[in-house]
Amino acid sequence: MSFPKGDTPAIEVDDLTIRYGDHVAVAGLSFRAESGRITALLGPNGAGKTSTVETLEGYRTPTSGKVRVLGLDPRRDHAALVGRIGVMLQSGGVYTGIRPLEMLRLFASYYENPADPVELLDLVGLTDRQRSTWRSLSGGEQQRLSLALALIGRPEVAFLDEPTAGIDPSGRQLIRRVVADLRAEGVAVLLTTHDLDEAEKLADQVVIIDHGRLLADAAPDELMRNADTDEVRFGAPAALDTAALTARLHATVVEVSPGEYRVATAGTPAVVAALTAWLAEHDLPLGDLRVGRQTLEDVFLRLTESAAAADASAAEFSGSPTAGTSGRRSRRSRR
Amino acid sequence: MRAFVTQTRTELMLSLRNGEQLLVSIAIPLLLLVFFSSVEVLPLPDGVDKGVQFLAPGILALAVMSSAMVSLGIGTGFERQYKVLKRLGSTPLGRPRWVAAKIAMVLCLLVIQIVVLVIASLALGWSPGGTPALTPLAVLLGASAFGGLGLLMAGTLRGTLTLALANGLYLVLLLLGGMIIPFDQMPGAIGTFGRVLPSGALSRVLQSCLRDGAPAAGSAWIVLAFWAVLAPAAAARFFRWE
Repeated sequence: MSFPKGDTPAIEVDDLTIRYGDHVAVAGLSFRAESGRITALLGPNGAGKTSTVETLEGYRTPTSGKVRVLGLDPRRDHAALVGRIGVMLQSGGVYTGIRPLEMLRLFASYYENPADPVELLDLVGLTDRQRSTWRSLSGGEQQRLSLALALIGRPEVAFLDEPTAGIDPSGRQLIRRVVADLRAEGVAVLLTTHDLDEAEKLADQVVIIDHGRLLADAAPDELMRNADTDEVRFGAPAALDTAALTARLHATVVEVSPGEYRVATAGTPAVVAALTAWLAEHDLPLGDLRVGRQTLEDVFLRLTESAAAADASAAEFSGSPTAGTSGRRSRRSRR
Repeated sequence: MRAFVTQTRTELMLSLRNGEQLLVSIAIPLLLLVFFSSVEVLPLPDGVDKGVQFLAPGILALAVMSSAMVSLGIGTGFERQYKVLKRLGSTPLGRPRWVAAKIAMVLCLLVIQIVVLVIASLALGWSPGGTPALTPLAVLLGASAFGGLGLLMAGTLRGTLTLALANGLYLVLLLLGGMIIPFDQMPGAIGTFGRVLPSGALSRVLQSCLRDGAPAAGSAWIVLAFWAVLAPAAAARFFRWE
């Protein structure tokens, strides 16, 4: 197996724009993903994740901009590239009447040096489902077979589109374990997800996009560390008396969503003690408590919310709903 | 080569495993052959005294239509709907090998059908005549015409719509194609229309290949060749992989 040498990244997206008619799915997106690393492409539904991945897989032609996988053009060099990449579609992709091992053996015949279908079946935990056809597998089992099919050709780059969407927890754990092993083998993994917890646990690099534009591109640790940490977040019953609590803590308390609270102060032990004491006095349960470090979800919500707010204010100032691009551009260059 | 062989074997296995496809490609032709040869209620062409003499070539034409158009079309239509074709697009299989495997699968199905139907016809007292040496050419042209129509539907319509249309077309082409009801028993306009259909052309050609005293089929060969080129060309032009 040969890996790209020197500074050729496994995946390179350079000022990618994809339009479907009037709809702009991806607008000037740039990022890189390296071999031996898991890169999560994160964003809400309709953010442009699948469009981006499908362009890298060679299914779509960019409206403008450039994409490279292993230094190759996914469309022009399609034939040279397909043997070196593995693809997991969001759904489907398998003959409905086929059994797992038959499908793996079929795909194995396409590649020069495939993985062993029996071992791979075992790896994704489907050995005891050998007699079932695809249509009788559960959603999670179908996802696991799709993952195995993405890996049968021993790919250098694996594209996994929402690999754990709609899967039970044990299936999700299994998929995460397999994906983590790929990193150890030096594979470049690009996975799309809107599961922030998954990106936080699994990814070495998180690329956050919304409305087809880049909002952040960094390691999850870095994103969370750099985020504003002067706050305490906690979960408790909805509709607490935030005014009373604000007075007690000498810091503003806001209910950001029902049952989710934010206190605008550094999370010192004294503040935490005062908070828990107040809850105890009112005989209220404490759901969770986060101090100092934000979760990726906090970062993500702040980024997507502030992007939406910037769009709204830009539109307000210019009087035109299409004039949000200047705000976007400045935010993009900020990273 | 390994990929082509495995692809063909898998496609064939999946179609033989599929009950509906077996029904349409083997059971229905066999049932029609046996029933109408034994219970002679259908009109026969002038000069034919035994049903199986006329039905055997007609049912072979039907068999070609059922595997090349109905089985192939419906199977491929659902493969497209369930994104199998999309997924194959990012493997090294490649479209030429995929198409070659589909053709090989249909040819294998045809061999199975022909063996079953010929044995059944002979058991029913069929004595083939005509110019049998041209039969393979007729079958191949027919498979090309019907395969093209099947793939045209599969590549442009939703899976369920392909299913409905392929089955509907099957019935119309069967009734108007001179396969079980002879052209000389149809009113003029319907007969003329039937003769320019691919099913009509194939059944006339196969009658002339396999039955002594069948009308000469010069024009039917031309019509059949026309469909055999036009339908796959249209499929190649309009097929959408996603």
